[in-house]
Amino acid sequence: MIELTSITKKYMMGSSEVDVLKGVDLKIESGEFVSIMGPSGSGKSTLMNIIGCLDRPTGGSYILNGTRVDEMDEEELAKVRNRNIGFVFQTFNLLARESATENVELPLLYSGVKEPRALAVEALKEVGLSHRLGHRPNELSGGERQRVAIARAIVLNPSIILGDEPTGNLDSRTGAEIMAILKDLNAKGTTLVIVTHDPAIAAHSQRVINIRDGAVTGRAG
Amino acid sequence: MLLWQVIKVAWRSILANKMRTALTMLGIIIGVAAIIAMLSLGEGAKKQVMESISRFGTNQLKVRPGAARLGHVRTGSVENLTMDDAEAIKREVPGIKNISPSVGSTGQLKYENRNATSLITGTTPLFMEINNFPVAEGRFFDETDIKLMKKVAAIGTTVRKDLFGDGPAIGEEIKIEGQTFTVIGIMSMKGQTSWFDPDDQVFIPVSTYMRRLYNQDFLNDINIQVESYEDIPDVKKGIERVLRARHRIPEGVESDFSIRDFSEMIATMQKTSQTFSILLSGIAAVSLLVGGIGVMNIMLVSVTERTREIGIRMAVGARRSDILRQFLIEALVITVSGGLIGIALGVGLGASISYFGDWETVITPSSIALGFFFSVLIGLIFGIYPARKASLLDPIEALRYE
Repeated sequence: MIELTSITKKYMMGSSEVDVLKGVDLKIESGEFVSIMGPSGSGKSTLMNIIGCLDRPTGGSYILNGTRVDEMDEEELAKVRNRNIGFVFQTFNLLARESATENVELPLLYSGVKEPRALAVEALKEVGLSHRLGHRPNELSGGERQRVAIARAIVLNPSIILGDEPTGNLDSRTGAEIMAILKDLNAKGTTLVIVTHDPAIAAHSQRVINIRDGAVTGRAG
Repeated sequence: MLLWQVIKVAWRSILANKMRTALTMLGIIIGVAAIIAMLSLGEGAKKQVMESISRFGTNQLKVRPGAARLGHVRTGSVENLTMDDAEAIKREVPGIKNISPSVGSTGQLKYENRNATSLITGTTPLFMEINNFPVAEGRFFDETDIKLMKKVAAIGTTVRKDLFGDGPAIGEEIKIEGQTFTVIGIMSMKGQTSWFDPDDQVFIPVSTYMRRLYNQDFLNDINIQVESYEDIPDVKKGIERVLRARHRIPEGVESDFSIRDFSEMIATMQKTSQTFSILLSGIAAVSLLVGGIGVMNIMLVSVTERTREIGIRMAVGARRSDILRQFLIEALVITVSGGLIGIALGVGLGASISYFGDWETVITPSSIALGFFFSVLIGLIFGIYPARKASLLDPIEALRYE
């Protein structure tokens, strides 16, 4: 469960302070599928980064699965990212020199799992890529790359998957395939949070959260 | 992340930029090779000194005419050391085991149609004992030969080879400076030192040399063997006293002769090898410094190029310490690989120095260990800053980096 209370985020832009988030209250239950929508500059990416523990709020509290995350140090946050959160990015963010399997192994290496290879292969099988294990990203299609990224996100069974425009770089057919995989994972109990400005994608979710000027403006679902 | 996994990642990134990495390594390679070569030269010089000591014996003194000036360079030929001086030393200075005067100059040798130039040394039989330089074949001349001023010669192995090749030498007649001598002995092989080949030498009775060959009444050397090494300072003082009295040198005036013992020879040898060592350690230091800066430079480039990779790794759970370790190990892989190549090169360099030059070189395990240690040290010193820079990147910024 994700529980954000009065989350604020300020950045210094030169000498002036910019309020990116102005007190966001947000609660996402376990197993929910939520979309976050908003125009660029609305603060949705910042909110996403805070939920994903890549960034820390300036004020407010963030409770993830019953634990205060906003008070954690960087080392603990890295561990939370490793164990509880899986990222799926618009640009895939795979390591170009490594094979699909090695990319999926990456979180396992940092968690100290003894036999990473077997788990990685298992995850790739789950996204339907067992025939592409040794291929490098540049030998894969866009849809396949995003599947590798999803396999990497789920390999440690995180409670949350965060998608940052996960279909943004894909054609509509491939995008639909990726959405199907993500929805399937959600159906199996993983919380799914997707940032998008595509209403068609948001329509898949149970709830849409609109962000405008650093605040939640309306809720659907 | 396990160490071998980190090393694997490091290798992969290094192999992705082979040329760049090779050029970066070059500084480390040269630096480490210079260290190895320098140490092997130093060790070789030490070994050579030890060998010389065992070859010539440590309880040897030489009295030479001329003051000990300008780092023992003889200032012109001074003609003031006589046979009577040698006799007086033998008579009046205690602690002397053997004493043998010698005279010498370069002379022309001829046998049938073969010519050679080598050192003609006139001396006494004790010379062999003092210099630990025995006859291998035939005999050396004895007191009778000296008394009768016989024209007999004992030749060194180099002379024998030059004049006779593989043919028989003993009993043959050779010309020394136009006068006929009979070869009665062949010396054992002494082996070349760095500045002088003692085997390229002909020994004749000192009386023959001084009266019949050159008509010279001064000596070039008085060779002395003391009873024991500890006596050397006392014997030197004794010789000083006797000779100064005989040469009527007033108090406060410099002696007109010099007494050399082995410690001076050792010092000379060490000084030469030291000069070489200083030169090489300079090269090593500069090259390691430049090499280290090169490593730092390339690591900074690598960190910038891989900003996004760093962001990805952080997003999936890498801690700052993981990133630091990864880049530090990458720097270490470069410097240690360079170091290993440098060690191999240094060993080769040492071998070719002793092959092409007259320097003995010795590779010791400790010099290899030192070369390795330096390559690790350079990796740590120059790798830490780029690695720290990488570890301090903001994951969000890093993920956005194009």
